[in-house]
Amino acid sequence: MRRWYLISIPYIWLVVFFLVPFLIVLKISFSQTAMAIPPYIPVLDLSRGIDGLKDFFSHLSFDNYRFIFSDSLYINAYISSVKIAAIATFLTLLVAYPVAYGMARAPKEWQPTLVMLVILPFWTSFLIRVYAWIGILKKEGLLNLLLMNLGLISEPLTIMNTTTAVYIGIVYSYLPFMILPLYASLEKINPSLLEAAADLGSPPIRSFWQVTFPLSLPGIIAGCFLVFIPAVGEFVIPDLLGGSETLMIGKTLWTEFFSNRDWPVSSAVAVILLLVLVIPIVLFQRSQQTQREAGA
Amino acid sequence: MKGRFSYFNATSIALGFAFLYIPILLLVIYSFNESKLVTVWGGWSTKWYVNLLSNEGLLSAAWVTLRVAFLSATFATILGTMAAIVLVRMGRFRGRTMFSGMIFAPLVMPEVITGLSLLLLFVAIGFDRGFWTITIAHVTFSMCYAAVVVQARLFDFDKSVEEAAMDLGAGPVSTFFQVTLPIIAPSVISAWLLSFTLSLDDLVIASFTTGPGATTLPMKIYSQVRLGVTPEINAISTILIGIVTAGVLVASYLTRRQATREDRERRAAVA
Repeated sequence: MRRWYLISIPYIWLVVFFLVPFLIVLKISFSQTAMAIPPYIPVLDLSRGIDGLKDFFSHLSFDNYRFIFSDSLYINAYISSVKIAAIATFLTLLVAYPVAYGMARAPKEWQPTLVMLVILPFWTSFLIRVYAWIGILKKEGLLNLLLMNLGLISEPLTIMNTTTAVYIGIVYSYLPFMILPLYASLEKINPSLLEAAADLGSPPIRSFWQVTFPLSLPGIIAGCFLVFIPAVGEFVIPDLLGGSETLMIGKTLWTEFFSNRDWPVSSAVAVILLLVLVIPIVLFQRSQQTQREAGA
Repeated sequence: MKGRFSYFNATSIALGFAFLYIPILLLVIYSFNESKLVTVWGGWSTKWYVNLLSNEGLLSAAWVTLRVAFLSATFATILGTMAAIVLVRMGRFRGRTMFSGMIFAPLVMPEVITGLSLLLLFVAIGFDRGFWTITIAHVTFSMCYAAVVVQARLFDFDKSVEEAAMDLGAGPVSTFFQVTLPIIAPSVISAWLLSFTLSLDDLVIASFTTGPGATTLPMKIYSQVRLGVTPEINAISTILIGIVTAGVLVASYLTRRQATREDRERRAAVA
């Protein structure tokens, strides 16, 4: 029964530190804010047995959810997070596709180095990479300096603290997540398919749209999920690069928790965010699983 | 995929890599700037690095961060390797779907949710927050990355060598340490390095799970970044980038050396 030891150790760890915490978030999202430590009621008191349990359930309420749905701030934050993440994912795809395509067509002996060069920035601190853009994008930053010296603009552009800066930040930070799956699927395409298309008289552009592009769809799907899902809940990028007009739910949750210290409302915000993301997450896992099984 | 490597391909690679690397490069260059202003180049200087040495808050945060990263990477690698073996070698067992779900979900989970949920757990069980809670939180999300890295390696290695060891009378434990572990070692090292850098990087989860007295470097950097760009942050960032780059280069060298060695052995076996 050694096998059960091996299974149970990581299993129990994940149940205790991944699954149970979610149940607690769910529970607290139905609690009420209180001036207490911890700052919510009711607290489950199992030492009182069944009475404690009854007391606990009778005090649960939907108030936090009612509050979130009645305040347009929250609804707008969800909608705008999804919108910003979707647009940013599309932009990332546009930037990543030519790069991945070029990598897949590069001489074989270059390819490991190119892959390595894509992965390297991903290992560098996320916070630092976002920070690097502040010096570039701000009003007296390097981009404005360059454009003014080139005589392209006479007035400095305002990019910092706008949603544009958030798009740049997301595209930049998540680019490796898009390039790698795209490259993996483009690299696998059998060249004889393209030769066959050419022999049958298809011009290169048409071969691209009718052969290469459809065959790279698994990579596109995987890449889009890998960018979209974390981007919806992103905190660092909208906080450092975005302005007051950029509404994103990760930032709302952070403020609710750290500034307003309202734990029940932040828990409810988290539960709804998870519900928004659960469909893409499940779809993503499905697609990964079918790919793994097809590959095996 | 093959085909002609055109100018278009070369240009898109060049532009893509310029986009990826120029911001980091500028950050590194401006860490050596004599002037305090980002846009004014005042000549080369290492004074910001010297200043770092006397910034005690930053140094103690760096020390906390390194200890958390070292401990959490080590535990995450052990747990992640176990999880990878379970996923690849154990076949079907009850609860397998949930297990693989719990391995893959944290990879895409928004950090704010992971952080909040762990904090609420620690509060609910009355665990004092600080160094250990950050470490536990980091083990939890890093082990999932570690599991994925090791799993990829376990998938494509020849199971018959393990079976041969068992046939020759080795128990499962000694088979693991004498046969399996040496083969998957490069991926275990990569998993450790990945877990280490993930922990080194993390701002959001650490901010939620920390308590009084435990400030990590990203938290320190974040609080200073909000006040504006300073050459000192550039300097500490450059040091971090240097450490991580060195680590990645070593790991990729190890992996490649192993690949060539295996290749040679395979050819020798055929000849």
